Amino acid sequence: MWNELFPNVKADALWEATYETFYMTIISIAGTFILGILLGLLLYLTKKNGIWENKWLHFITAAFVNVFRAIPFIILIFLLFPVTLIIVGTIRGPEAALPALILGAAPFYGRLVEIALTEVDKGVVEAAKAMGAKTRTILFKVLLPESMPALVSGITVTAIALIGYTAMAGAIGAGGLGNYAYYFGFQRRDYDIVLVSTIVIVCIVFIFQFIGDMIAKKLDKR
Amino acid sequence: MISINNLSKQFTIKKQKIKAVDQLTLDIKEGEIFGVIGYSGAGKSTFVRLLNRLEEPTTGEIKIAGKNITAMKGKELRLARQEIGMIFQHFNLLWSRTVEQNIAFPLEIAGVPKTERAKRVQELIQLVDLSGRENAYPSQLSGGQKQRVGIARALANNPKVLLCDEATSALDPETTNAILDLLVDINEKLGLTIILITHEMHVIRKICHQVAVMENGSIVEQGDVLDVFHRPQQAVTKKFVEQIMGLTDDEDEVEPILATYNQGKMIRLHFLGETTNQALISQLSKQFAIEINIVQGKITHTKRGAYGTLFVQMLGEQAEMDAAIAYVTNETSVEVEVIQHVE
Ligand SMILES: Nc1ncnc2c1ncn2[C@@H]1O[C@H](COP(=O)(O)OP(=O)(O)OP(=O)(O)O)[C@@H](O)[C@H]1O
Ligand SMILES: [Mg+2]
Repeated sequence: MWNELFPNVKADALWEATYETFYMTIISIAGTFILGILLGLLLYLTKKNGIWENKWLHFITAAFVNVFRAIPFIILIFLLFPVTLIIVGTIRGPEAALPALILGAAPFYGRLVEIALTEVDKGVVEAAKAMGAKTRTILFKVLLPESMPALVSGITVTAIALIGYTAMAGAIGAGGLGNYAYYFGFQRRDYDIVLVSTIVIVCIVFIFQFIGDMIAKKLDKR
Repeated sequence: MISINNLSKQFTIKKQKIKAVDQLTLDIKEGEIFGVIGYSGAGKSTFVRLLNRLEEPTTGEIKIAGKNITAMKGKELRLARQEIGMIFQHFNLLWSRTVEQNIAFPLEIAGVPKTERAKRVQELIQLVDLSGRENAYPSQLSGGQKQRVGIARALANNPKVLLCDEATSALDPETTNAILDLLVDINEKLGLTIILITHEMHVIRKICHQVAVMENGSIVEQGDVLDVFHRPQQAVTKKFVEQIMGLTDDEDEVEPILATYNQGKMIRLHFLGETTNQALISQLSKQFAIEINIVQGKITHTKRGAYGTLFVQMLGEQAEMDAAIAYVTNETSVEVEVIQHVE
């Protein structure tokens, strides 16, 4: 049955491609989460009337975020080739895709983080201040926990964009399902491979969406 | 306890200067419940936020328990803030934390060790009467319960001062009374100085010892709650007193009464913090051979006793009536005013 429907799909090749896609996605989500939260916090804290109000730092951070959000992902990969070569030592394979994936997604997520933080009730921040809290306490015990559901649904949206990016990176040599679909499916005209790759990617997207929604819902005590 | 000297706060919006608090000088005694009343925009919130430096003063000085709050920086200010509790109109609880965890938050900030923290949280939960709701999230509580959490949280680090900005304005009258009772309880039990901001005279009447009336950033009238009730000087103050007493009796109101009751003596009794002679009328009619007819009046109860006026008609022998009036004048704190005497 499998062989009749998908004559060219090899289980081990499909498995490896899926594994690589997962690998790229998970690592880049982790990187995006950390870098995005840093960027978002920086944007939030340095803005006007913010806790660390600083015009220049805000301008620089905002410029960085806006520029990297404006660059199309495929071009970002090319642009980062020299950097990738230095950091990772190669421009092929799943690892090589990571710098571009993280730099492509983190600015987007950073904006979502900023919005999430802005939505934290100012009164609560004020109450913490009135209790004599340090800025660090306000960050880690008020701002981040209070915005956690929004941070989680933000990373879910970003993760799904990242899965799309991994496929794009795959098509230019980063491995994973995008690579499999493009080289083994499209270029050899074995469309069954393209179809199976698509189905697997859609399933991965659904899994991430499901997990993200579940966690966000669980965290939300409002 | 708290001494405020020439305190001002100016905001500048679009080149326009707003004096939210204008050269305010004030002393608040230890253990007092000090009410600040004023209409919206009078500068009450700004004033109370200046006290713990949530707002930076433009000029002036604030001393709390001998410490100069206005001169403090960084860590010193943070430590001082731990000794000033604050409760808010909209409670400002962390929704991501349970009741217990919310109350523990200021203790975490103060670096209280975990076991001690848990013990203190339990004490506070008892104090504000929230036993059984320790593990509820704020979203599962009523407004009154949320404010109880707010109060417990504000008291966690044993502050010397409690600031309340419209702490009951989001609550219904019944809940408001319960929360006010709790504040009085805390004031008496812990000897805490409370500064309470409100726009409801009812709140001042019920729990405050002293009151200051704010208008356009200044305190226009200040004093013992009873005195202010009895002799409001400023137009704003009169309006606030009317909130509770109804219109203060002026001649228009007296005229028709006098016309109707054209016999004996018409007397106005002023109750000023009277507590011991609440049965005054029945005492009089028992002790003296007179009849007393209550015509009109309004008595309300403040922290310092009953306050209000009563119009009564006295009928009987001249000598008996005079004796009764002399009794009231000499033996009680009630003021007597004979406004009409028909022979
Ligand atoms: N952060 C701010 N920036 C600019 N103006 C402000 C700010 N906070 C308060 N004001 C102004 O200061 C004045 C006093 O405001 P405040 O909030 O102290 O009044 P309030 O007496 O507490 O009123 P309410 O009863 O409505 O709470 C108002 O004119 C207000 O517009
Ligand atoms: Mg206010």
